[in-house]
Amino acid sequence: MGNAAIELIGIDKSFGLVRANRDISLKIPAGTIHGIIGENGAGKSTLMSILYGFYQADRGEILIHGEKAKIETPSDAIARGIGMVHQHFMLVHNFTVLENIILGAEGEPLLNTSIAKARAELQRLEREYGLEVDPDAIVEDLPVGLQQRVEILKALYRGAEILILDEPTGVLTPAEADHLFRILRQLKEEGKTVVLITHKLREIMAVTDNVSVMRQGALVATSKTSETTVEELAELMVGRRVLLRVEKGPAAPGDVLLSVKNLTVKDSRGVTMVDDVSFDLRTGEIVGIAGVAGNGQSELLETITGIRKAVSGTVTLDGIPIDLTGAADPSELRARGLAHVPEDRHHMGLVLPFDESENSILGYHRQEKYAKGPILDVDAIRNDAEEKIRKYDIRPPNPQLKTANFSGGNQQKIVLAREMEQDPKVLIVGQPTRGVDVGGIEFIHKRLIEMRDRGKAVLLVSVELDEIRSLSDRILVMFAGRIVGERAGDATEGELGLLMAGVDERETAA
Amino acid sequence: MDFFNTLVFLLDSTIRVSVPLLLAALAGLYSERSGVFDIGLEGKMLAGAFAAGAAAAVSGSAWAGLAAAVLIAVFLSLVHGFASITHRGNQIVSGVAINFIAAGSTIILGQAWFSQGGRTPLLGGDARFGAIQLPFAETLSDVPIIGDLYSDLLSGHSLIAYVAFLLVPFTWWVLFRTRFGLRLRAVGENPAAVDTAGISVAWLRYRAVICTGILTGLAGTYLALSQNAGFVKDMTAGRGYIALAALIFAKWRPVPVMFACLLFGFLDAFSIRIQGTPLPLVGQLPVQFMQALPYILTVILLAGFIGRAEPPRAGGIPYVKER
Repeated sequence: MGNAAIELIGIDKSFGLVRANRDISLKIPAGTIHGIIGENGAGKSTLMSILYGFYQADRGEILIHGEKAKIETPSDAIARGIGMVHQHFMLVHNFTVLENIILGAEGEPLLNTSIAKARAELQRLEREYGLEVDPDAIVEDLPVGLQQRVEILKALYRGAEILILDEPTGVLTPAEADHLFRILRQLKEEGKTVVLITHKLREIMAVTDNVSVMRQGALVATSKTSETTVEELAELMVGRRVLLRVEKGPAAPGDVLLSVKNLTVKDSRGVTMVDDVSFDLRTGEIVGIAGVAGNGQSELLETITGIRKAVSGTVTLDGIPIDLTGAADPSELRARGLAHVPEDRHHMGLVLPFDESENSILGYHRQEKYAKGPILDVDAIRNDAEEKIRKYDIRPPNPQLKTANFSGGNQQKIVLAREMEQDPKVLIVGQPTRGVDVGGIEFIHKRLIEMRDRGKAVLLVSVELDEIRSLSDRILVMFAGRIVGERAGDATEGELGLLMAGVDERETAA
Repeated sequence: MDFFNTLVFLLDSTIRVSVPLLLAALAGLYSERSGVFDIGLEGKMLAGAFAAGAAAAVSGSAWAGLAAAVLIAVFLSLVHGFASITHRGNQIVSGVAINFIAAGSTIILGQAWFSQGGRTPLLGGDARFGAIQLPFAETLSDVPIIGDLYSDLLSGHSLIAYVAFLLVPFTWWVLFRTRFGLRLRAVGENPAAVDTAGISVAWLRYRAVICTGILTGLAGTYLALSQNAGFVKDMTAGRGYIALAALIFAKWRPVPVMFACLLFGFLDAFSIRIQGTPLPLVGQLPVQFMQALPYILTVILLAGFIGRAEPPRAGGIPYVKER
């Protein structure tokens, strides 16, 4: 393996009792794209944070370009030519692009000259890598794809020869992700070394030269990407065989349960987010709503579930209209058999400082089995939570643990268990597997299919096209607030992609 | 002409009462922009005033008073920093504690050292920062209007007052034109961004609270050695809190901070001026109403007129690396 840009020898790291990295040794050849794949909590991010000096290893050595390196702080790493694009961007929201880029690398104490210098350097980088971004734009006004570009520019501005990207595509649309991969390939051609951390197998296959698999803190395999398969990697990650595509029988749609007619919704600024949307949802089917994030899917979900007001249109549940003027409160809808798994579990689905058991009944806490009048029946709640934990394999199986201490996948299972176990007639699910690892995705998908087979109606919103395609019986594509097309569940990625990009139905037909 | 003279007099006292507010508000600006909330401005100012009064009384030098004030205020800032930066304690609790310590210990020490009921001895001459006559103030004083404005309004303040107003553009410059300022603003919004850029979050915040200490020390010195001739117990009388209100009112920006302090100072000067004088239409206003006015104004203006004052995003939250 040529000369190594990075060599890790026996890296070991524990957080309290959790051993996040176990004796990891790894060589990453210079001028390659190296993927590190593993489930959430497998220790990928910890390992890279050690390389970036954010954490200190308990044991082990790091060699950069064959030279032993003592990396104790991020500035040591930066000095060694290591740059990192974090999963949650490390940007100052109200600074300009330029200010964010020079932060920490200003050079001299006065900004005038350093800003001018940075501007020129930025133009050079933009030309060289095609990373265009307005240097004077305020970062929070930029779409996430561009914010990520700023992060990459930040690293390049500091002269990074080694670029680490932690789950970079989590927030990107398929097109943006493709663009990112083009940039990464170009960086490789320039002789830079790229380390890509992800839990998405497709990305590994698409862009990496070599891949290492991590499981439970240990490095379980490293191989050439061309010599491995998706199935093999998935098995290595999870430690058992995984079904990447859910098996499901044909749908048996029955009566219309949820009917949306001419629904129009505006946001707080008065911009039309949902524009004259109509569709029906029947028992025994999963209808998927595909679309690039921000095309009105979130607003549609929120309106149907009673969180947001509509401007016009009707929504009927089981033949009875839902009050769309804001009077329909979510608890009433829940009582009528409409359950909601919100898109953002942290923001809307869970109260993170609460115990797991408290979150597992939130919203249903007034039910008689959980409360006698105003007093909660703590024992009943705990027994109920323990049952859900068993049924949904939530780990660690401790109903008294703070919800914030569960991994993302397990948090998602807590929400799903809460909503599904109420046995609703209609289940509205937003991004059911966002930030969930392969094993968890398989589990959640199976559960959703089960719901359908029991004659429930499921409305699924997801930005993961794979997920939409593997679960849905019918697919609606949203673009700019409108439903621009309907396809069967077996539609190809290509035709859905066109619709998602806003290419009009009639144009494609012509 | 009588009206004009009254106005000049009113504006002159506005400047005088605004100075400690301005210094304290700018002090708070450094700390809060770095993400460390500081409700202890009041206590630091009070301790500074006491130290200034005591040291000036003992040494007979105003400069020694100033040095003592800055020293003790910086020390208290570091205590606040130690609690809230190093030990990630609650910033409000730590700030309130400092206020209590200052309120209690200044009286006890004052009584123990000087036995004048918690006051420090009356000062005069070199032990105070007296009025400075600007050049030509004497000769211009007879020129109508310009003379009044220059000689009565602009001239004749203490050195610290001039420094306070010069600190406004200086603070703006530091904040927006220097590396330190860029980092200071960044650490108050997103400390993780600063940390991953290879800069120490703790050291940066410590430097910010030291700035706060120096400025509160100056504010205290002004109260004890310029506005008054010595320390009197509880002489800050809530100015630290009004300064905080001004800071929020001005959305943590230096130039608006100055105008907010001048506005609050004007209300204060006005309330003193009209005490006992009935106003047309409304009659005599209770003093308490005028004293409450800065707070009422802050609430009303923040609620409706100037929009939401968005504090630095990381304000009040101790920085902990993830996990």
